[in-house]
Amino acid sequence: MKISPARVWREKDSRYRLEGSKCKKCSRVFYPPKPSCPYCGYSDTERINLPRRGRVVSWTVEYTVPEGYREYAPIIVGLIELENGTRVIAPIVDVEVDKIYEGMYVEAVLRKIFEDGDEGIIVYGIKFAPST
Amino acid sequence: MYIVGIGMVKIDRYYDKGYMQLIHDAAIRAFDDVNSYEPEVVVVGNMLSSSLYNQDSLAALALDAIGFRGLGGLKVEAACGSGGHAVIVGYSLIASGLYDQVMVIGVEKMSDYPTSTVTSALAQAADAEYEYIYGISFAALNALVMRLYMLKYEAKREDLALWPVRMHEYGSKNPYAQLRNRITIEDVVNSPIISDPIRLMDSAPIGDGAAVIILASEDTARKLSDTPIEIAGLGFGSDGLDLSSREELLNPISIRRAAEKAFRMSKLSPSNIDVAEIHDAFTITALVSIEGLGFAGPGESWKLIKDGRFAAGDKPSINLSGGLKARGHPVGATGVYQVAEIAMQLRGDFPGVRISNAEKGLAMNTGGVATLTSVIIMKR
Ligand SMILES: [Zn+2]
Repeated sequence: MKISPARVWREKDSRYRLEGSKCKKCSRVFYPPKPSCPYCGYSDTERINLPRRGRVVSWTVEYTVPEGYREYAPIIVGLIELENGTRVIAPIVDVEVDKIYEGMYVEAVLRKIFEDGDEGIIVYGIKFAPST
Repeated sequence: MYIVGIGMVKIDRYYDKGYMQLIHDAAIRAFDDVNSYEPEVVVVGNMLSSSLYNQDSLAALALDAIGFRGLGGLKVEAACGSGGHAVIVGYSLIASGLYDQVMVIGVEKMSDYPTSTVTSALAQAADAEYEYIYGISFAALNALVMRLYMLKYEAKREDLALWPVRMHEYGSKNPYAQLRNRITIEDVVNSPIISDPIRLMDSAPIGDGAAVIILASEDTARKLSDTPIEIAGLGFGSDGLDLSSREELLNPISIRRAAEKAFRMSKLSPSNIDVAEIHDAFTITALVSIEGLGFAGPGESWKLIKDGRFAAGDKPSINLSGGLKARGHPVGATGVYQVAEIAMQLRGDFPGVRISNAEKGLAMNTGGVATLTSVIIMKR
């Protein structure tokens, strides 16, 4: 992954704060944010903060990881349905690989997601951890 | 519009051959397959030349590989679906009236690099900012879909092992296939985990390959070939770049749209298709593809496969080449292999498992997790 400061900076609201988009016409909410609505096609959306708690809909334990992600392996990846119904795909942390189950409650936490070598920038983003 | 010439190389790990030699080898066979040829333009289906080989301008490389410096050309990229999309672009160049003869080349080199490097390059099919950056691989995204499918339709792991077993059976009879060995259900469920529940034997192998088809307008086709195969319909479609905002993960819009367009154009329906090559980069991809094309209802494909449906002789017979699983999946080239294989099934000269008197065939190729899909329908 080639990283630059500007590239990381411009995604900060959605990647640090879990900001999604809401369509100004059909009112559907989705993540990651997009300037047009993928469902009704309307050309205007607004940014909104998404609920930070949700449940696991599907998950995988990834053993073969891309270059630069060895230190995070195995990566547990979850398809999470937030409390408002919006879905997010992100790593799940702070749990054993065999302790994940369908419907498990999780909440968003801010974690390191990538380090661009020893001297490059560190990228942070949302991951999910078990919640009550 | 007709397919008049076909050339393929066996998919393999060619440490002694680069893009240029692979294209040359496939093209020579395509030239041998026609009475005469005078291509006017090349369209190259390829995914990884830029990310793995620092090579853009791939059409110029292809033209030098076949001794046609000076002609026009372009590369078409739709991740693992590049090949099928290249055929659509080739078709369009003739349909527009610009050209009479077009060479469509699918080519990929994957075997020179370690798995983690190839995994990184393939991850570029997904959303770079919201999937890849978290270290989420292409297999992991497909694994999310596979588990969702198993939970929703109550399919067991063993049930989903039947497909790769069948693919290896067919691959063992296809001289162009990368994997020629037979496997068992036990082999599949005990193979190493790539991204749970996806195991190694659910996944297409890493390989190199090149396939070429020569397309020609109707008038020209009769001169070039005694056995031209008509392209009767084609279509393409998309779904979300990211999986999280998709409405139906198990029923991608891209497959439905591409199929609807291709069936409407050819005035055919799924029940008319005798033989098909579909995209099965992972076992789950086969199920979603069969259902998306209308060969099975939602959640039904795995049961039908268990009942022996879609095997050689059934209508449709699916992936007699061995599919991506066993024929191999040199990603950007795969779609061209599929079209070549269906055309050969219809001509009656496919050298592997072949059904007799096939009249109508379909090739479906997709990039990403059914993110960019093409469907091409052919007629004898
Ligand atoms: Zn909308």
